[in-house]
Amino acid sequence: MNNAKTAAELSKLRKRDKFNSNLVYYFMIAPFFILFVAFTVLPVISSVVLSFFDFDAVSTPRFIGLDNYLRMFVQDEVFPKALSNTATLAIITGPIGFFLAFMLAWMVNEFGPTVRTLLSFLFYAPALSGNVYFIWQILFSGDAYGYINSTLLSMGLIVEPIQWLKNPSIALPVICIVQLWLNMGVTFLSNIAGLQNVNPELYEAGAIDGIRNRWHELWYITIPSMKNILMFGVVMQIQSAFSVGAVPIALCGYPSVNNSTDTLVSLISDVGASRYEMGYAAAISVVLFILMSLTKQLLGKLVNMAGR
Amino acid sequence: MQMSISKSDAKKLQKLRLKASRKDQYKRFTRTKAGNFFYTLFLVVFGLYSILPMIYCIITSFKPLDELLVFPPRFYVVSPTPSNYLTLPSLLDNLAVPLSRYAFNSIFVSVVTTFFHILVASAAAFVLAKTDIKGKKIIFTVIQMSLLYNAYTLEIPRYLIYSTLGMIDTYLVYILPAIPSSMGVFLMKQFMDTNVPDPLIEAARIDGAGSFRIYWQIAMPIVKPAWLTLTLFSFRDMWSIVPGGTIFSEELKTLPFAASTIASGGIARQGCAMAVTVIMMIPPILVYLISQRSVTQTMSSAGIK
Repeated sequence: MNNAKTAAELSKLRKRDKFNSNLVYYFMIAPFFILFVAFTVLPVISSVVLSFFDFDAVSTPRFIGLDNYLRMFVQDEVFPKALSNTATLAIITGPIGFFLAFMLAWMVNEFGPTVRTLLSFLFYAPALSGNVYFIWQILFSGDAYGYINSTLLSMGLIVEPIQWLKNPSIALPVICIVQLWLNMGVTFLSNIAGLQNVNPELYEAGAIDGIRNRWHELWYITIPSMKNILMFGVVMQIQSAFSVGAVPIALCGYPSVNNSTDTLVSLISDVGASRYEMGYAAAISVVLFILMSLTKQLLGKLVNMAGR
Repeated sequence: MQMSISKSDAKKLQKLRLKASRKDQYKRFTRTKAGNFFYTLFLVVFGLYSILPMIYCIITSFKPLDELLVFPPRFYVVSPTPSNYLTLPSLLDNLAVPLSRYAFNSIFVSVVTTFFHILVASAAAFVLAKTDIKGKKIIFTVIQMSLLYNAYTLEIPRYLIYSTLGMIDTYLVYILPAIPSSMGVFLMKQFMDTNVPDPLIEAARIDGAGSFRIYWQIAMPIVKPAWLTLTLFSFRDMWSIVPGGTIFSEELKTLPFAASTIASGGIARQGCAMAVTVIMMIPPILVYLISQRSVTQTMSSAGIK
């Protein structure tokens, strides 16, 4: 009897405890949640809804069903090219960027704190220098004033300047080089931070358990303990690799020669900012989003398999 | 943890341990000569690739006019001059309001946003990583997914929200949308998941610590590398923010806007533009040096019991 009473009281107390601590949790997450819903979730939802409308940013939106989507795949001549360029850029810059950001962080991490800070500075410099990718335009400029052209000319390797940014077969690789340069920072630094948090005892234990060399250590200890941070890197690389747009517009203009460097993002900004077809721009964004989400699902599985 | 040792002693101890662990790390495995060669080569090649544009910027900012126009173009500078920097003050007349106002705006917006972003994002990340509240899985999935939606397309719906909330032409347009940045929560959540051990939280709870205290005094110190890095990311993003179609008052515009106005005036445009670019780089670089210095000095605390 007495026992039952205390048990009941205890469970009551526990419930109240749980309720109280849950209340604190809700209180802690509320500022984020409210702002996130207001400035990200609602805009995304309205953008998806907008993709089924004809909307020029001024007059009332008109519902047109799937017309925007049909137009993309049937009418629009730039879309297929933009899609294939986006895919090419993503396939090249995504994995290379991810691999570089990890390898460089792993290598830099072996140095002492001061050297490490300075070396990290090198690899984070592109992100720190702001939007200086216009410099690449000076380097790759198509006339003899371009640094690369003038160097090659003076070395006698070429007889006339190469149109780095205008020649359709060269422009895309050039964009890849610039984009890789631009994207590395965030993933690289998050990897550096991730490596600081790997428990050193794991390495000691690994040495006892017969880990023979650096590569084993990397594969069996470092990568598995950094899975979460690697997943962060994967998502950030997907985001940047599929969102190439500002760089080709700045370097090659829009539309580029033969649409050779037009991407989905540059198409979106053209459709939205110059032609005011907000519904169509939203529809392209939805397609891009689906592409990225599928990639993320696929790569998420790969990351989980690492270190087995 | 030993509470009896003083703070400076603790620091010394940590330094010693750091040194010891680093020595161990060196001793553990050695590389072959060829390995060393490729290791260095890899770092040098990619280091140059990363840093050269910034160096180019700095060098060009010290070029006199005739060297800016020389043919064939030269990477290095023969007779460096600060003249590009010295002409900048005379270009300030092009600005609508005093430079100090733009500078204040940028500093204010960057510092306030970064501060609140770290607080809000890490608190949310703690709840998502270390508690079992309802709906946390869905929230986390939505956060990750939101990173993949094209930001440009969100401008129009966001504009409607700004005007409904009466935020147009106020500092809030810069600050409020940046505070719940998905990337920050995502990063913090990943770190708290991996590095804050559940037994530690349990132990603290038994000792009578409340949830907020566990977050602030246990989780946050452990994931210090994460929020220091996030501070840098956030500051850098906010420092380069330019007013879009939501800011009309000149006195609310930011430094990058003023910088582009200054850079577009003057005779030796390229030189002045580079000088402005170099000056604009300095604050993020300072934040980098301060935050990364502490990041690389943090010992992994995951092993402390």
